[in-house]
Amino acid sequence: MSSADTTNDGVAKFEQPNRGFLGTVQHLLHVNPALVPLIVLVASIVVFGLLLGSKFFSPFALTLILQQVQIVGIVAAAQSLVILTAGIDLSVGAIAVISSVVMGQFTFRYGLPVEVSIACGLLFGTAIGALNGWLIAAMKLPPFIVTLGMWQIVLAANFLYSSNETIRSQDIAENAAMLQFLGAKFNIGGAVFTVGVLFMVLLVLVLAYVLRHTAWGRHVYAVGDDAEAAELSGVNVKGTIISVYAVAGLICAFAGWALIGRIGSVSPTSGQLLNIESITAVVIGGISLFGGRGSILGTFFGALIVGVFTLGLRLMGADAQWTYLLIGVLIIAAVAVDQWIRKVAA
Amino acid sequence: MKKLLATSAVALTTLSGAAFADGHAVTACLITKTDTNPFFVKMKEGAEAKAAELGMTLKSFAGKVDGDHETQVAAIETCIADGAKGILLTASDTSSIVSSVKQARDAGLVVIALDTPLSPIDAADATFATDNFLAGELIGKWAAATLGDDAANAKIAMLDLAVSQPTVGVLRDQGFLKGFGIDLGDPNKWGDETDPRIVGNDITAGNEEGGRKAMENLLAKDSGINVVYTINEPAAAGAYEALKAFGRENDVLIVSVDGGCPGVANVKDGVIGATSQQYPMLMASKGVEAIAAWAKDGTKPALTPGKDFFDTGVSLVTDKPAEGVESIDVAKGMELCWG
Repeated sequence: MSSADTTNDGVAKFEQPNRGFLGTVQHLLHVNPALVPLIVLVASIVVFGLLLGSKFFSPFALTLILQQVQIVGIVAAAQSLVILTAGIDLSVGAIAVISSVVMGQFTFRYGLPVEVSIACGLLFGTAIGALNGWLIAAMKLPPFIVTLGMWQIVLAANFLYSSNETIRSQDIAENAAMLQFLGAKFNIGGAVFTVGVLFMVLLVLVLAYVLRHTAWGRHVYAVGDDAEAAELSGVNVKGTIISVYAVAGLICAFAGWALIGRIGSVSPTSGQLLNIESITAVVIGGISLFGGRGSILGTFFGALIVGVFTLGLRLMGADAQWTYLLIGVLIIAAVAVDQWIRKVAA
Repeated sequence: MKKLLATSAVALTTLSGAAFADGHAVTACLITKTDTNPFFVKMKEGAEAKAAELGMTLKSFAGKVDGDHETQVAAIETCIADGAKGILLTASDTSSIVSSVKQARDAGLVVIALDTPLSPIDAADATFATDNFLAGELIGKWAAATLGDDAANAKIAMLDLAVSQPTVGVLRDQGFLKGFGIDLGDPNKWGDETDPRIVGNDITAGNEEGGRKAMENLLAKDSGINVVYTINEPAAAGAYEALKAFGRENDVLIVSVDGGCPGVANVKDGVIGATSQQYPMLMASKGVEAIAAWAKDGTKPALTPGKDFFDTGVSLVTDKPAEGVESIDVAKGMELCWG
C-alpha cells in the first residue's frame, strides 16, 4: 500500500489547469451532474414562493407536489437506468398500466388473493422488461425500435384484456384494500405524505447507492459509456442490459401499483403520457441520452421541477399551455447545458 | 374472459360478414375517436346490432388515441373507395376533418356526425348527439336546487376537459354555469366568467389521474370548495379521491356527465351527487337507420325541431331528486347505462 502511495506521489501528479471562474463552474457541474437540476429546482421553488407566498410555500403545497409527481418519479427512475445504458424505453407507461390492470383483474376476475395478484402484476412487469432487454441485448435490435413495438403491443393487450373496464375505487376499498396501499397517507405537521411518495424517495436513494457503490451499478455506467470497452474489460454486457430492462420493468410495475393508490381505481386508460413525461424528467435531470453519464438524483429533481412548475403556474392562474411551453424551454436548456459541460471532458 | 371471448366472437362475425358480403348489401362505415373508450365500444355495439337487423354491412374504424386525426382521414378515404353509402363519424378534430367529409359527400355518401358536432355543424348531413348544453344545465340546476339558499355563497371548482376547449367540454361547462345561475361570458369558451363563486378552471383529460390532480390544484387555491363540476365520471372519481385525501369527501357536491355504468354506480355510492346520462347506442342505431334510408331513396336525416341536430336525449340520474328538476333514479340509470 505504502509503495503504491509513493508511486502516486511521484508519477501521478497532474497540474491543476487554471480554469478561471467559468471553468471552475463547468468542472464542478461535470463532477456533480445532479447539481444543475438541484439549482433550478431550488430557484423555481424560491421564485414561486416569492410570487405566491404561503399558498405555495407551505408544507402542504410542497408535499402535494411530491404526491403529484410520484408516478412520473418512479417511472423516471426506471427510465434513468435504461438511459444510462444508452438505451431508451418507450414502453414504461404501458408496462405500468398493464401491471396495474393485472393486479386488479386477477383479484376481481379470477378471485385470487390480493397479495398473489400484486405479485403477479410485479412479475408480469418484470417479464416484459426482461423480454425488452433480451431483444435488445441478444437479438441486437435497437432499443428505440424494440420498446416502440413493445409499447404498442402492451397497450393493445391491455385494452383487449381489460375491455377497457374500470374497477371502481369503492369496490377496491371494500374487497382488496391492499391494492390502494401505496396511496395510504399520513400527516406530519401539515405535510402530507403517502406510502407511494415514501416509496419513490427510497427507490431513488437505493438506486443512487446501488449505481455508485456496487459492481452492477458501475457496469451499468460502463455499458452506457462504451459497451465494447466494457466487454473487453470483462463486463457481462448482455447480462447487464437484460437485467437493467428487467429491473426497469419491475419498477414500472410498482408504479402501476402506486397508480392504483393515487387514482383509487384501476383504469386501463391512465398513464398514457408516462413515457414522454419520464424522458422529460430524465433529460431535465441532466442524464445524457448518449448513456454513461448523469445521476438518478438528477432525474428525481427533474421530475420535481416539472411538478413545481405545474402547480406553481396553476396557482398563479396561468393557462396550462404555459406549463408545457416552459417545460419545453427547460428540456432544450438542459441539453444545452449538458453539451457545454461535456466540453470539460473533451 | 367470457367477455373477451364474446367480443372476439363479435369481431370475427363482423370480419367474416365483411369478407363474404354479397355485392348488393349496403355498406355503412363507423369511424370513432378510439375503440377503447367504453362509450365508443357501446356505440359500435349499437351500430352492429342495427346493421345486422337491417342486413347491412358495417365497417368500423377508429383512431389510435383521442385526437388521432390522420387515421380518421384515411378511414374516410377507405370508405369512399369501398363504395359505402354513408359514414357515421365521431370526429377527433372537428374542423380539420371538414374537407375530407366534403369529399365523401361529393362522392354521394351521407355523413352523420355522432356525439361530436363538426365545426361548422352543417359540414355533416346531420348530427346525432346528446344536447351537451342541456346535459350541463340539468346538473347545474340540480346543484343549485340542492344547495338552496347556500347556492349564493357556493365555491365552485370547474374540472374541464382540455386546454384546446373542444366543443363538448365547452357546452357542458357553460350549460352547468347557466343552470346554476351564473352569468356567462362568451358562451363559446369557458374560463372567462367573472362570478366570484367560481374558484377556478382546471383540466383533467377526462380521466381519473387528471381529475385528481386538477382537484388538488384547485383545493390548494381555495380549500373551501363545496361544489365540483366534472366533465365526465372518471374525472369525478379522481376528484373524489383528492377530496378524500383532504377529508372533504362528505361535504362537497360533485356533479358529472356521461351515465356510464361505473359512473352511475358512483352516484349510488354517493361519490357523485347527480350525473347527466347520454345514450351512445341510440345515436349509433339511429345513424345506421338513417344511412339505410338514404341508400334506399335518398332521404336526408331529419333534425329535432328547434335544434340544429338530432337530439338523442339526456336524463339526470340521481337518488336525491331536487324540486323542479326532472330526474330518473339510480335503478333506472343502471338499466340504461353503457360501458
